[in-house]
Order: sequence, then C-alpha cells, then structure tokens
Amino acid sequence: MIDKTTLWIVIAGLGIGSFFLRFVFTGLVGNRAMPEWLLRHLRYTAVAVLPALVAPQVIWPNATGGETDTARLAAAVVTLAVGILTKSVIGAILSGAATLFGLLYLLG
Amino acid sequence: MVITTTKSAYLKGFADGAPFILVIIPFAALFGLIATEAGLSVIEALSFSVVVIAGAAQFTALQLMQEQAPTIIVLASALAVNLRMAMYSASLTPWIGAAPLWQRALAAYLTVDQSYVVAVGQFEKAPEMTIPQRMAYFFGCVTPIVPLWYFFTFIGAYLGAQVPDEWALDFAIPITFLAMIAPMFRTLAHVAAAVVAVVVSLLAVAVPYSLGVIVAGLAGMLAGAQVEYWMASAARKGR
Repeated sequence: MIDKTTLWIVIAGLGIGSFFLRFVFTGLVGNRAMPEWLLRHLRYTAVAVLPALVAPQVIWPNATGGETDTARLAAAVVTLAVGILTKSVIGAILSGAATLFGLLYLLG
Repeated sequence: MVITTTKSAYLKGFADGAPFILVIIPFAALFGLIATEAGLSVIEALSFSVVVIAGAAQFTALQLMQEQAPTIIVLASALAVNLRMAMYSASLTPWIGAAPLWQRALAAYLTVDQSYVVAVGQFEKAPEMTIPQRMAYFFGCVTPIVPLWYFFTFIGAYLGAQVPDEWALDFAIPITFLAMIAPMFRTLAHVAAAVVAVVVSLLAVAVPYSLGVIVAGLAGMLAGAQVEYWMASAARKGR
C-alpha cells in the first residue's frame, strides 16, 4: 500500500517539477538559443525512459511473481507492432488489451 | 478557417484540439482506475491529475510508489519522463516568448503532448499570426482536452473500486506506455535509444530502488544522440 505522506510529497513535488520543466524556457530563458548537444539528447528522453521502465514488467511481471507470462509478453509485442504500423495510440491499446484478455482466457 | 481575430484563432484551436478527446477520455479513465487499484482515494487521484497534468509521468510515479521505491527516486524517474516538456517549452519560446508573463505561466501549466504538437504545427504554418492570436489558439487547443482529463480521472477513480482482479490491470500501464512510444519511432536514432534503454534496464534490474531505470534512460538518450550525430555526419559526407 502506498504511504499517504509519500503520495502527497510526490504529487506536490511532481506538480512543481513538471511546471518548472514546462516554464523554464518560455518563462525564463526567453529567446536565447540552447546548445545543440543538449537538444540532441533531450530529443530521446521519452523513447529511452518509457521503454526502460516497461521492459522488466513485460519480461518479469509482478502479477505472476516474476514468471515470464505468455499472455503479457504477446500483448506487449502486439501493442508495439500495431502502434508502429498504424501510429494509432488507441488502436495499439485496444489490440494489446484484446491479445492480453484473449490469451488469458484461452490459456486460463 | 482563416484566422483574422483572436476569437477565430481560439475557435480554430478548439477545432484542431477536439480530435484528441478520443485519446484523453480512455487515458484519463485508465489513470483514475489504476490509481484506485493502487489504493488512492478518488480525491487523491483527481488531485494527482489536476496538479501534475502529465499522464506518462503520473503512471510512472504510481508504478514506482507501488514498488515502494524511495520518494526521491519516484520524483527523479517521473520528472525524467517529463523532460520532454522542457523540449516543448524551448520550442514554443520563439513563438510565445513575448506574451505577458501570466499567459506564459498558464500556457506552461497547459503544455501537454497534444497542445504542443498542434500549436507548434499551426504556428509554423501561419507565422503571420500575432502574439494574442497565438495565445488564443493555444488556449483553444486545450479547452476540449484538459477539462476531460480531470473529469475522466474522476470517473475512472469512482468506478475503479469495482474492478475485479481478473481484469489484469497490472498490465494496463505497460500496454499504455508501449502504445504511446510506438508512434515515436521515426528514425534509426529513436530505435537505437529504445533498444539500448531496454537492454540496460534488463541488465540493471537488480539495481536497488529502480535506479536502473534512470541509468537505462540516460544510456538510451546517449545512444539516440550519438546515432543521430553519426547519421548527420554520414549525410554530410555523402553529399
């Protein structure tokens, strides 16, 4: 269970931090240019952090006690494939969910 | 629709933001649902969405808190997920940097993936827009999106307590993240960043406090930037 004090510290800290990230340039930097090397690294933040976060959950899910699970693995592959092919976030979510529930039902 | 006044700019923004309603409703409801699954009350889930207003970072924080990661790691990881917001801010600056401070502050709070993508696209297409028109357009984009983000977090949290375990909601976060990442693979550099991040993350899975995620994220960013640099150099030589 999540500790309530931790929760509110995270909500407040994340609120302030996220606002700062969104305000830092429009609000504080003005029209000065940023170094190219920094922009080049920032471009890959989302495509690096999110896969890093998800990968262990896909291979060793908590819900199965860390056992690799066919239904979850297949759902992840289908979600990614449909997302790449169609560029549709909703389409990918629905395909992944259908795969997960379909296989959970079939494999029981 | 041609933009001639601030009002027509606002209305065009509203129309251009409207399609994202289809994305926001399920995403917000899912957050509310998962937050309740993790033990948050309806008020806590709603506060999370109103204060932070960043889906991927909220899911990240929730997952790490469930894994009992230390608070500082939860904050660092979730903020790392939100680093792209600093990119958005940097890229919006030339267009709206001259607006009044309170408007820039409000726009900063309302900068999300959808409003950023739509607004920058429009500003580049119609550089003759005045600053007030640009601000009106930006606020128009978020009008159909942000209230629904709050409202459907509430609905999801309200219904959440009734969802049975067999629904395998533990896997809703991975599926949602994968679906969000997939359309971002535009270049070899993006793929390299993700592959390196995944490999390092799996190797570093035993590192305590989910610090492996931050190490893996940094490794992925370095890989993406390096591949982009090589490809740009190769393109210059090829000419």
